[in-house]
Amino acid sequence: MQYEAGNFDVVVVGAGHAGVEAALAAARMGAKTAVITINLDMVAFMPCNPSIGGPAKGIVVREIDALGGEMGRNIDKTYIQMRMLNTGKGPAVRALRAQADKFDYQHEMKKTLENEKNLTMVQGMVERLIVEDGECRGVVTMTGAAYRSKTVVITTGTYLRGEIILGELKYSSGPNNQQPSIKLSEHLEELGFDLVRFKTGTPPRVHSDTIDYEKTEIQPGDDVHRAFSYETTKYITDQLPCWLTYTNERTHQLIDENLHRSPMYSGMIKGTGPRYCPSIEDKVVRFNDKPRHQIFLEPEGRNTQEVYVQGLSTSLPEDVQQRILQTIPGLEKVQMMRAGYAIEYDAVVPTQLWPTLETKKVKNLYTAGQINGTSGYEEAAGQGLMAGINAGRRALGKEEVIFSRADAYIGVLIDDLVTKGTNEPYRLLTSRAEYRLLLRHDNADLRLTDRGYELGLIPEERYQKFLAKKEAVEAEKERLRSIIIKPSAGVQELIRSMGGSELKDGIRASDLLKRPEVSYEHIKQLVPADVELDFDTAEQTEIQIKYEGYIEKSLQQVERLKKMEDKKIPENIDYDAISSLATEARQKLKDVRPLTLAQASRISGVNPADISILLVYLEQGRIARISSN
Amino acid sequence: MEFDTIAAISTPMGEGAIAIVRLSGDQAFEIADRLFKGMGSKKLTEVASHTIHYGHLIDPKSGQVAEEVMVSVMRGPKTFTKEDVVEINCHGGLVSVNRVLQLVLNQGARLAEPGEFTKRAFLNGRIDLSQAEAVIDLIRAKTDRAMNLALGQMEGRLSRLIQKLRQEILEILAHVEVNIDYPEYDDVEEMTHNMLLEKAKYVQGELEKLLQTSQQGKILREGLSTVIVGRPNVGKSSLLNSLVHENKAIVTDIPGTTRDVIEEYVNVRGVPLRLLDTAGIRETEDIVERIGVERSRQVLKEADLILLVLNYSDELSEEDRNIFKAVEGMDVIVIVNKTDLPQKIDLDEVRELGKDYSLVTTSLLEDKGVDELEEAISSLFFSGAIESGDLTYVSNSRHIALLNQAVNSIEEAINGVEMGTPIDIVQIDLTRSWELLGEIIGESVHESLIDQLFSQFCLGK
Repeated sequence: MQYEAGNFDVVVVGAGHAGVEAALAAARMGAKTAVITINLDMVAFMPCNPSIGGPAKGIVVREIDALGGEMGRNIDKTYIQMRMLNTGKGPAVRALRAQADKFDYQHEMKKTLENEKNLTMVQGMVERLIVEDGECRGVVTMTGAAYRSKTVVITTGTYLRGEIILGELKYSSGPNNQQPSIKLSEHLEELGFDLVRFKTGTPPRVHSDTIDYEKTEIQPGDDVHRAFSYETTKYITDQLPCWLTYTNERTHQLIDENLHRSPMYSGMIKGTGPRYCPSIEDKVVRFNDKPRHQIFLEPEGRNTQEVYVQGLSTSLPEDVQQRILQTIPGLEKVQMMRAGYAIEYDAVVPTQLWPTLETKKVKNLYTAGQINGTSGYEEAAGQGLMAGINAGRRALGKEEVIFSRADAYIGVLIDDLVTKGTNEPYRLLTSRAEYRLLLRHDNADLRLTDRGYELGLIPEERYQKFLAKKEAVEAEKERLRSIIIKPSAGVQELIRSMGGSELKDGIRASDLLKRPEVSYEHIKQLVPADVELDFDTAEQTEIQIKYEGYIEKSLQQVERLKKMEDKKIPENIDYDAISSLATEARQKLKDVRPLTLAQASRISGVNPADISILLVYLEQGRIARISSN
Repeated sequence: MEFDTIAAISTPMGEGAIAIVRLSGDQAFEIADRLFKGMGSKKLTEVASHTIHYGHLIDPKSGQVAEEVMVSVMRGPKTFTKEDVVEINCHGGLVSVNRVLQLVLNQGARLAEPGEFTKRAFLNGRIDLSQAEAVIDLIRAKTDRAMNLALGQMEGRLSRLIQKLRQEILEILAHVEVNIDYPEYDDVEEMTHNMLLEKAKYVQGELEKLLQTSQQGKILREGLSTVIVGRPNVGKSSLLNSLVHENKAIVTDIPGTTRDVIEEYVNVRGVPLRLLDTAGIRETEDIVERIGVERSRQVLKEADLILLVLNYSDELSEEDRNIFKAVEGMDVIVIVNKTDLPQKIDLDEVRELGKDYSLVTTSLLEDKGVDELEEAISSLFFSGAIESGDLTYVSNSRHIALLNQAVNSIEEAINGVEMGTPIDIVQIDLTRSWELLGEIIGESVHESLIDQLFSQFCLGK
């Protein structure tokens, strides 16, 4: 029996890391939103590693925060440890990573959703979409509840026709033995979507009391206050350490002996797994010259004894997992609480999406997160936010929002997905961003807060604070450019003490700061500011001055491509009518339907000559129109 | 790439008195400005549109004057392509015009494909609609030709070498990336400045070797650097004058520049010679001892070709023998001059000393033996087979420009390392050089870095 369960602007299916951002963004923009999830106890659950951030991913979290999303704030309230990675490298690759208390994390996130006005949370299994005239107009759950809406966002993670594989055992399941979503997957196929089978995995969890930490190395958090969110002012001081240990020859031998029982090698697993997240059996087989692999022991929270064994992702049978663990120093007597497993699931081939994450097949339907072939909480959250923004704006009758590759890692992520597709679960890497010097951890606010404010996701007070910071950075840059430091005895002394070569002439404070051995702290000693700058402002000033030349180079690169980015391709273009296109290029263009010439040029199989021809065709159309007028 | 700034020689190749290199695109003025030094202080970006300016092109690498030019500045849209256009008028002949082209290409202009100016004119609405199909055909044909060319080169030594160097760079890049994306993985050694420097310098060295050994490219680019050596009064000056008068010379004799090493260009049967130290020869002909062997040695180092002049009517001296020693192992043509005078030289001894070299006897005074000399020069360097044909030439020119830009990027990376710039930032320049090399062989797919990353290192949680 179907019944009417309510009318909404936006319905979000799933409340994982993508779903919560989508729902919050839509609701905060003023759209009446419902979020429907199979199990309300699993909101923002971390089925794999209990951590947020890291290279590239950490920057995504900052971007989400600059756009008014929740992930940064939520982890700042619930971390057990925080570390800045790559501090010895340049500012572009610095990345924050937190270990989360995974239970606090989900409870805190659920609370935030519950307290959001405009947002309705319900438990339910969505089995099909209401599609009329090629438009999505709501969803229907297993119990027959029909939720009508203007737009729908699907964020089902690894639940779509999920199957857990553990040794010789294979059964239908979502992650962590949750109920899988089977009917929805079939329904998407009926609607004509191409689905692909992906695989990912997770390692075993062990009991902390049975670990001999003496045999491992401690990995503490930073003793400086760190935060993902630009809003955070309270810091957690009692951090918990992680621990490092290694596999050894015995581990590898044991794996080798049991390979025939591995579903990876017996052919039971058919889905494509990610190269960047191989199982331990994969690592041992592919890199058999490596005498050892790192294993990080990560607490899953403050009120649990469960410890995540990072580096030991596996789908070997349970008994083998237990024995493998016991070969590792510190884990000789360990008690395994949960076995690792592999999970196969359906994902939507992401080239079926517009860069807004709306599907091309069904209007007003959006997909975000792991369903789009990505992996990682941050990648999911970034997409969720964008899908939520676009679904919300569509419902409210507003323009769509797309970030470019020069705006944000979120832009890189979505452009890669919808333009190139992916043949393995997609993970963001810093090397995927061609303008990574522009897409830094430190300047996420400068890049995106204005946009967040325009979207109505950044409150006035925060925005004013942001503007003040921006102004302070500009003022300080200007001040350092205008001050000449003279080579007085005191100055020379200080320069010598920092290991630099003495000044020959007077030098602008800003030019002195460009020397590698000179920091803003030094400059501050030489030419103190009237008002002491806070850490963020000082850091921003320093980075902008120090790397000015390189930043300028990147900006020129962006500028060079801008004309191609600006060249729009009409949605109704008929590629079959352009006879000179190469066959492969034509097919790819028809599949991807790029919105700009630049996007077209990034499709593999579309070569420069095809772009030229496309351009000529576009111009021909324009000229024809002009001459007929 | 569409919309970038393109350049090409727009006058027919040959021996015209004037040749034109045309630039079109929004960087046209900036590129010209980086090279051009006019009489006034105004930059080309600041002058009135559709005006022409006299001045010189300065090679930014050496700081030396490269060419004497007239530059026309035409602001879009009132131009053929409707874009900003700069036309550089320079002296005719292979050497000058190629030099100008190389300079603008090194500054970031891209060598125009056949028909590309016309295509732009069309795209910018300058050309009638009915020509669209023709333009499309042109583009298609161009790709086919480029494909053939690329295929031909794929088998070549150049391509193999470039692929090897790209792989070297790619491994550095992957190493740097793995340090960034997996900072805690201790399986992977941290790439240090020293390691990077060593590898970058190796690649730089290989690229420069490649540039140097790409002989034809170098000839087209700057001519064969040629030195005339010999004792005083053997006829060096006459030889110089003879070469210069016989052939159209372009004298880069610019007031205000140092006269110390003045170069003159001559084109000998298709071999462009860049004659070094001609001022020295002219000034010192009468001043005995002015050119000591020491000074010669220094100039000799730069030379591709040595014209060693001896006196037919004088016995071989110790100084002559010293000169032979100084040029050992180089490409040398021995010229025994003054056959109009009685023979005193022992030609057998000369042949013995210069047994690896061609020997020509001349009387420059009577204009005898000059043809033989020119023949010797030409055969020495072309062995009768100079590659001609537009495409090979064009693509070489493009390769040289890309190689030069790749070397520039590597140099910037090396500078960065030496300045102590963080490695991940230095990597921007390294990546650029990798991409530029990829353009030469038609590969620039970013995904291969990620593939390299995962095949080279064992990563993952």
